[in-house]
Amino acid sequence: MQDLVNIFVKSIFVDNMVFAYFLGMCSYLAVSKTVKTSVGLGAAVIFVLIITVPVDYLMNEYLLKPGALVWMGKEYASIDLSFLSFIMFIAIIASMVQLVEMVVEKFSPTLYASLGIFLPLIAVNCAILGGSLFMQQRDYQSVAEATAFGLGSGIGWFMAIVAIAAIREKIRYSNVPAPLRGLGITFVITGIMGIAFMTFMGIKL
Amino acid sequence: MAAKEKEPLFSPKNIKLITNPINVDNPITKQVLGICSALAVTVKVEPAFVMSISVMAVLAFGNLIISLMRNTIPSRIRIIVQLVVIAALVILVDQVLKAFAYDVSKQLSVFVGLIITNCIIMGRFEAFSMANKPWPSFLDGIGNAIGYGWILVAVAFFRELFGSGAVMGFKLIPQSFYDMGYVNNGLVILPPMALFAVATIIWIQRSRNKDLIED
Repeated sequence: MQDLVNIFVKSIFVDNMVFAYFLGMCSYLAVSKTVKTSVGLGAAVIFVLIITVPVDYLMNEYLLKPGALVWMGKEYASIDLSFLSFIMFIAIIASMVQLVEMVVEKFSPTLYASLGIFLPLIAVNCAILGGSLFMQQRDYQSVAEATAFGLGSGIGWFMAIVAIAAIREKIRYSNVPAPLRGLGITFVITGIMGIAFMTFMGIKL
Repeated sequence: MAAKEKEPLFSPKNIKLITNPINVDNPITKQVLGICSALAVTVKVEPAFVMSISVMAVLAFGNLIISLMRNTIPSRIRIIVQLVVIAALVILVDQVLKAFAYDVSKQLSVFVGLIITNCIIMGRFEAFSMANKPWPSFLDGIGNAIGYGWILVAVAFFRELFGSGAVMGFKLIPQSFYDMGYVNNGLVILPPMALFAVATIIWIQRSRNKDLIED
């Protein structure tokens, strides 16, 4: 249990997707103009990450890892399919996003309307594929750990995009040098936030 | 399709496809595409360079393939088709890197895989190669990859120079500086510095070219 909490907290603060690894920067920069839309996108990212990371974990564990096919019989123990992981992960993510879109549309039309075009765009958000690839690289021990990691990174991303959107709403009233306006100043703010987040480094529960 | 109005391979229009993305239509500073990897692999010049070459290979050939298939892809499932093409190319690049440049491939870690979701590639597929002939698409891919690459290498150059006093393993800052009390700037190696470096490039570029200023 303590391990799970540790992974969860670590993935929110220490290994924050945006501030430590710059994942999902494109949508982070493009959608963070108002708080309202960024809350919607952030929620969608959390949602998709909690589903895809555990599914990709099972995929990796029982299909792709070197020796993962041993459950089919001893003669398959030497097969290593890990070179296929990119294409498998992205296929799962794309189909999961499609599935999530259909489920949300059926059961919660209001949420679907508020997420709008963001849902399909999540398939190409690097934070999602990054979540699966980090999960594979860090070698988590169980589905529970993978889920905790997925949830944590989703919440970390949500926090980052909502924070930057709030700052950007206010910065419109400041006198920013003309060439830095828009994209430039957003980079600078993100950098400063990244430095602030570095104070969390080394946290352990 | 008979060759009735055969364009020369490097007509002015095609040359523009390469030169535009390098400056005024740069994928990173203007189109806001492919930022994630641009920031994460720029601690040293070598991985940044390898990353640019990998992106160039994937983007140019991806553009070519998508452009060849553009009339047969149903638009409802085009994202999945595009992802499969990209993923297949990225697997090739990853295997080549693992075989011939293992150290760099270790340094790049997940970022080779993340070329799949690099928005430049998806963005160029959607914006260009779905609507253009193969050869211009190929050039567009090369051009955008160069525009992406020079920013990566420029950022990496300054970060490596000030962060470890060397570029590509050659000591550029002379020993006499260190003897006088010069110390490598540790802050430059940390991730947030990449953001400041890109912001500076954007600032310089937009000061020189007023059309790019956002309001």
